[in-house]
Amino acid sequence: MSLPNLTPELRRQRIAARVVHEMNQGYYVNLGIGIPTLVANFIPPDMEVVLQSENGMLGTGPYPELGQQDADLINAGKETITEIPGSSFFSAAESFAMIRGGHMDLSILGAMQVDEEGSLANWMIPGKLVRGMGGAMDLVAAAKRVIVAMEHSTKTGAPKILKKCTLPLTGYQVVDTIVTELGVIHVRDVGLVLAELADGVTFDDIQGVTEATLLASPGLREMKG
Amino acid sequence: MNKEIATAEEAIADIRDGASIMIGGFGLCGIPENLIAALVASGPRKLHTISNNMGVEGFGIGLILEAGMIAEHTGSYVGENKIMERMILAGELKVNLVPQGTLAEQIRAGGAGIPAFYTPTGVGTMVQEGKEVREFDGKKYLMERALKADFALIKAWRGDRAGNLVYRKTAQSFNPVMAPAGQITIAEVDELVEIGEINPDQVMTPGIYVDRIFESPFSERRIERLMVRGGEK
Repeated sequence: MSLPNLTPELRRQRIAARVVHEMNQGYYVNLGIGIPTLVANFIPPDMEVVLQSENGMLGTGPYPELGQQDADLINAGKETITEIPGSSFFSAAESFAMIRGGHMDLSILGAMQVDEEGSLANWMIPGKLVRGMGGAMDLVAAAKRVIVAMEHSTKTGAPKILKKCTLPLTGYQVVDTIVTELGVIHVRDVGLVLAELADGVTFDDIQGVTEATLLASPGLREMKG
Repeated sequence: MNKEIATAEEAIADIRDGASIMIGGFGLCGIPENLIAALVASGPRKLHTISNNMGVEGFGIGLILEAGMIAEHTGSYVGENKIMERMILAGELKVNLVPQGTLAEQIRAGGAGIPAFYTPTGVGTMVQEGKEVREFDGKKYLMERALKADFALIKAWRGDRAGNLVYRKTAQSFNPVMAPAGQITIAEVDELVEIGEINPDQVMTPGIYVDRIFESPFSERRIERLMVRGGEK
């Protein structure tokens, strides 16, 4: 095993920096809570991407300067944010009509578990934790593309990419791509295809911390950063 | 038509034990703070609350929960309310967790006279249990029923005495969706103006949906997570 010994912060940064390569000019994107929120920091200034916040806003801007915060202007993570030129506000029904109607190009969200079939779980651990699904079930059911951005293993080192999710699902067979600090994995009909490996990580390294079986892509290459 | 009512206390005086109540807002943003406070002071029990979130401990809709007034709750997110999470895990509160978009559409449909609808959300998950699954054009959908309530308590930025409402920024959220779904809809506004002062082109909720309206004397407008450039404060 030669897994890189990164701090949690570095792992999160690396994941966010890689996910941004999945965006294209003109995309409408919903970013979930946690690592996906960090992705906004890596969008190149010359790429126009409109970020949606499912509480009812298109075109979310950066955090406000201290003193400029507005209690009426928050994202779905309940954080204070700002408007940018071209922003719009709308109701919860409109927000989810937009999501359910398949208008979002990309939904990026975190997960507790993902499996070989592209199902994911991120809203409850029976008997231990009830977070609620919020908007995640709608997002994964209808976005054109669903990317899970998460750390490869749990805090205790247990695998999160499984043969079959054991927690209550957020979506059944909905994930297209998984990005972790160790690599990029696409969910295909044949199974989980490893497309990119982080610098210094071998196939055996990543398979060793993954319960599901990984298939090496013929074009397997180093992870973009 | 004048729907103005003097105080929050008067506005909620006929909410009795067992009532179903929708409460607008998202987290602590855009919630009818004065109506919540008046409801807690009035103290009806065995309520069925419908709201996206349950606020936080000690503020927002969480206050109604902590006062022991809720028998059943329908919402999409528990997240920030640890008391609610503990009560759910201990089996002390009947909770219907619903995907947020399904909740919004159930409420919209309730106010729009649509008894049920099909949605792709939740297919193959726990949400599917006990529901009709139907295929349209090769894709599976769940049938979801509409939601209505005895009362809808909502918050707007400006309103006139006829009940026409305008919302501000993300304080809109569930408020305009709930306005048509309450048997009696009560709007709390930051600024109550004369009829004619709101440009008809700018009205976001037409007054037909609003039964009672009052200007809030004070709102704390608490920020749940203050984030500023350079990190959380």
